[in-house]
Amino acid sequence: MDLLNAFVALANFVLIPAIAYGAQLALGALGVTLIYGILRFSNFAHGDTMAFGAMVTILVTWLLQGWGVSLGPLPTALLALPFGILGAMALVLITDRTVYRFYRKQRVKPVILVIVSMGVMFIYNGLVRFIIGPDDQRFADGERFIISVRDFKALTGLDEGLAIRTTQGLTLVTAVITVAVLFWFLNRTRTGKSMRAYSDNEDLALLSGINPERVVMITWLIVAALATIAGTLYGLDKTFKPFTYFQLLLPVFASAIVGGLGSPIGAIAGGFLIAFSEVGITYAWKKVATYALPDALAPNSLLQLLGTDYKFAVSFVILVIVLLVRPTGLFKGKSV
Amino acid sequence: MTGGYGKGPDILHDCTIAVDKGEIAVIVGPNGAGKSTAMKAVFGMLDVRSGAVRLDGQDITALSPQDRVARGMGFVPQTNNIFTSMSVEENLEMGAFIRRDDFGDTIEQVYELFPILKDKRRQAAGELSGGQRQQVAVGRALMTQPQVLMLDEPTAGVSPIVMDELFDRIIEVARTGISILMVEQNARQALAIADKGYVLVQGANAHTGTGTDLLGDPEVRQSFLGG
Repeated sequence: MDLLNAFVALANFVLIPAIAYGAQLALGALGVTLIYGILRFSNFAHGDTMAFGAMVTILVTWLLQGWGVSLGPLPTALLALPFGILGAMALVLITDRTVYRFYRKQRVKPVILVIVSMGVMFIYNGLVRFIIGPDDQRFADGERFIISVRDFKALTGLDEGLAIRTTQGLTLVTAVITVAVLFWFLNRTRTGKSMRAYSDNEDLALLSGINPERVVMITWLIVAALATIAGTLYGLDKTFKPFTYFQLLLPVFASAIVGGLGSPIGAIAGGFLIAFSEVGITYAWKKVATYALPDALAPNSLLQLLGTDYKFAVSFVILVIVLLVRPTGLFKGKSV
Repeated sequence: MTGGYGKGPDILHDCTIAVDKGEIAVIVGPNGAGKSTAMKAVFGMLDVRSGAVRLDGQDITALSPQDRVARGMGFVPQTNNIFTSMSVEENLEMGAFIRRDDFGDTIEQVYELFPILKDKRRQAAGELSGGQRQQVAVGRALMTQPQVLMLDEPTAGVSPIVMDELFDRIIEVARTGISILMVEQNARQALAIADKGYVLVQGANAHTGTGTDLLGDPEVRQSFLGG
């Protein structure tokens, strides 16, 4: 039995990757949940909004790299991120003016907006592939590790190594800052409170003189920023490939729904719940179990519940269970 | 006023409602008489096809409800009249959304009027009792410092004790110089505090008079107050 090594292995293969992935999902789910709370539909184009924002960030990163600009140990993409956010903001505002506003004026049912957002999704999808291509793009630079396996082993003298990649640390720090700013905005500022009021009771918000078009516009701006940050962090941490962002839609939606649609805190909790389930269920626990259990009980099999190819099934199953058992989600959002 | 919703038929027929400064006017009448509709017409939530709505002598018939709020009308809807997920204080802040000046002392005035709200100001409004919610709703509408406050059945669904308390508070609001126009199911109690009463039947004025007059009128008693 070697609990210390067991914990290090657990941290290296489960905790750290799941925390980084959870933070990315949480940021994505926050965007979905805000759109649901304010515009009252499930935005299927959100994954591709993330892809578009990340794509603009990548293009600007390449430009900066071409000029020889760098942030030293940090990825250059951080410098390009504001431009990516601006690009995504422009895209969603144009979409809202040309597409969603038309349907809003007709006061169509949410389900129609969902279908409309699927159309928007396909257009974004094509746009991103048209500009940057369907392939993997690498844009990460700077220091690769905050602490590498070899350094960790030398430092602690343990058998197991622990690596924290720069992108993982960066993901967590950025996510914490973003969420803190978002919550400060929603709970402390006049505009943020008016968004919550509009989400809570549309008619009374109108009576109080809150301008719905302004609330909608600010929501889109925030959502574009969140989507770009989430998309860029995911791209830095893994790689950027347009199709993976389309696939991300499922875990992102699962996070938002599990947490409770319309509830920002729920989106964060849901993001981490989905991430930990996905990583936990697809991880081969043999190594951790070998350290943690007495030698006599050491497992022969891999102890992997599900192959990584099936990781999306995990969020799907959780989604179905939540919808069956507690449709309003963990934090009492609106039922779907 | 004559009017109805959208392209539908007229619901109100030459209905006249007026309230003077600092007075309480109550609209009563049987179910489906158009009481709430009359109030909504005053507030601009349905098409007034002929007639006019005047505030302080100015014709405001063409204004949207939002613009009427800016002009000094406050409206408390019958249902969904608070932001349930927001704290009591945030509800009041949202009531003052159109005000760009410092509304801190208006909040204090509302707390003086409804002391219980001050104790619960950090609590989500949706967690309060029915009577307290109504106080939040009235407080929210008072935040714009309106000249006229319109209440659509403020005592619907609250217990008789709470109802008496709410009526007391409404009298206090009127004493601060705000005119109050109110639709009420509890006709007897409402008329008792009313300076003016309007009995509507099928969208038209049936009886008009001071509250005590109407309460004393045998015909009104017979038909609407159950003898």
